[in-house]
Amino acid sequence: MNVAIIRRRAGRWALNGAAALALLYILTPLIFVIWLAFFRQEIPSFPPEGYSLRWFAAILDQRKFVDGFTLSLQIGVLATLIGLALGVPAALCVVRFQFGFRAPLASLLLMPLIVPGVVLGTSMYVFHVELENGLDVDVIGTFYALVAGHVVIVIPWVVRLITASLAGVDRSTEEAAQNLGANAWVTFWRITLPAIRPGIVAGALFGFVTSFGNLEMSLFLVGPGRTTLPIVILQYLEWKIDPTIAAVSVVQILLIAGAMLITDRYVKLARVV
Amino acid sequence: MARLDIESLAKRYGDFYAVRDVSLSVADGEFLVLLGPSGCGKTTTLRMVAGFIEPTSGRVRLGGGDVTLLPPWKRNAGMVFQSYALFPHLTVAQNVAFGLEMRKLARADIERRVEEVLALVRLKGYGGRLPRQLSGGQQQRVALARALAIRPDVLLLDEPLSNLDAKLRQEVRVEIRELQRQLGLTTVMVTHDQEEALTMADRLVVMNEGLVRQVGSQRDLYERPSDRFVAGFVGRSTFLDGTVEAPGRFRTDGGLSLSCRDGRAGRAALALRPERVEIGPAPCAGLDNSLPGTVEFVSYLGALIDIHVRLSPNDRLVVQIANREGGFAPEVGQPVHVGWPASAGLVFSE
Repeated sequence: MNVAIIRRRAGRWALNGAAALALLYILTPLIFVIWLAFFRQEIPSFPPEGYSLRWFAAILDQRKFVDGFTLSLQIGVLATLIGLALGVPAALCVVRFQFGFRAPLASLLLMPLIVPGVVLGTSMYVFHVELENGLDVDVIGTFYALVAGHVVIVIPWVVRLITASLAGVDRSTEEAAQNLGANAWVTFWRITLPAIRPGIVAGALFGFVTSFGNLEMSLFLVGPGRTTLPIVILQYLEWKIDPTIAAVSVVQILLIAGAMLITDRYVKLARVV
Repeated sequence: MARLDIESLAKRYGDFYAVRDVSLSVADGEFLVLLGPSGCGKTTTLRMVAGFIEPTSGRVRLGGGDVTLLPPWKRNAGMVFQSYALFPHLTVAQNVAFGLEMRKLARADIERRVEEVLALVRLKGYGGRLPRQLSGGQQQRVALARALAIRPDVLLLDEPLSNLDAKLRQEVRVEIRELQRQLGLTTVMVTHDQEEALTMADRLVVMNEGLVRQVGSQRDLYERPSDRFVAGFVGRSTFLDGTVEAPGRFRTDGGLSLSCRDGRAGRAALALRPERVEIGPAPCAGLDNSLPGTVEFVSYLGALIDIHVRLSPNDRLVVQIANREGGFAPEVGQPVHVGWPASAGLVFSE
């Protein structure tokens, strides 16, 4: 056989091999967690003594898991909605208008992605303390303070993905709408918004996932009797190591994977992200 | 339909004038073409008429009313964009219906008018398709239909044919022109393609550097260009630099003495159309100018042949001849004679 062909094939095999290794590295922990969730014994050890679904049933027996899940869901949905309401105009502003403060503003909007969660949490906590003292209203540990915090970490995703989407919108379609009699507002609703829908959907999805899984920042913002799911998991792990946690993780993975699959049916995520 | 008047329109960006001072009138039902190289201000002018750009000074009147300060959505101008700008998420019928919905027409009226207009651009039965399912030519016709559906006071065409291939472009040219005549549309088209401009326009406006250089019919621009720019931009011209010594007498910098039309004494350029110059193996009898030269370069264009002839170290002339069977076909290096009547040489003083 021709040397060049052999070389090309060898190269392809090497590339595929490297990709498989990387994939394995990413997926191994996930596979183990999912496997573990079905073990029968209480102490996770290998080999499994048998399989059962009891740990999934155990989740529902523990109110704190159910409450944590409900709270995380509420916060995630609310923070995502508010993040969209703020992020869409912000992205429009950054992409469409020329002003001196533009580049700094664009960086500022992405900042929460870079700042460590602990730093973000601490600074918010301090801010809440000051706010509470200054205004003489309840702030620390309230539901709204928690949502407000999560809005901050949702915004970068929304802005990033919508900015990318906006860059691909043909400006002349907006001009055409105006030429045909649509004012600026109607043009936005009828032409611009549908054009950036993929970015909005993807931004909302990633924002929600970020909020739902956030631990570090939330640790500083939760109050008594108000604990998000990641914190519940952490607290549970301090006392016990049994496959309940693995079962909770499996439920989370399934939920997020489901959300992604449903989203992907309407908007091809691979094209936006 | 209505008439359009542009009065001393100007647009300045910082120190740069995109449009300096443009005044034009387009009569009811007239097809006016703005022609010029890129950056000449023709598109800026069109966009000021549409309302996308606010003029620095001047006025735009449409059908007698002053629309200078109106936003685009309050002017009844239908525009066809270079990229067509079809709404990608709407069907062909929804695209065409958009302007009618904005005008709050009744459902039934909208449907009827969409049908009519689609039939007009020969797209009957395509209403349910999405723009991306259409060819470039079909998309262009949807864009036209969408602009026509609103029964605009003026139709604005921004390089509407530049995204079509050459063959299709020729067909669409004729199609748009016929439609425009049939409907009596007041139309302004912007193009940099002179052939397109010449075949479609009732009247042409040649622009350069933000100014109108000449307004006139095809014949006006070609036979009587007002300046050197127009002579070079509309059709082709060879320019010989030199001096007008006396009325009707021109001396090139290369030392050739030529007879020409009248001209003001002083530095000037003599412009010659390549097809108005004759070429042959012997001196040209009966012509005011007859000069010997040497063929330097030949371009074979099929129906036509371009011959570049060196007349003096400083002067080179392009001669265009028809590619006739058995006709004179000189080769590079061959000595030839060229000649032209004095009336063929246009003099532009500097």
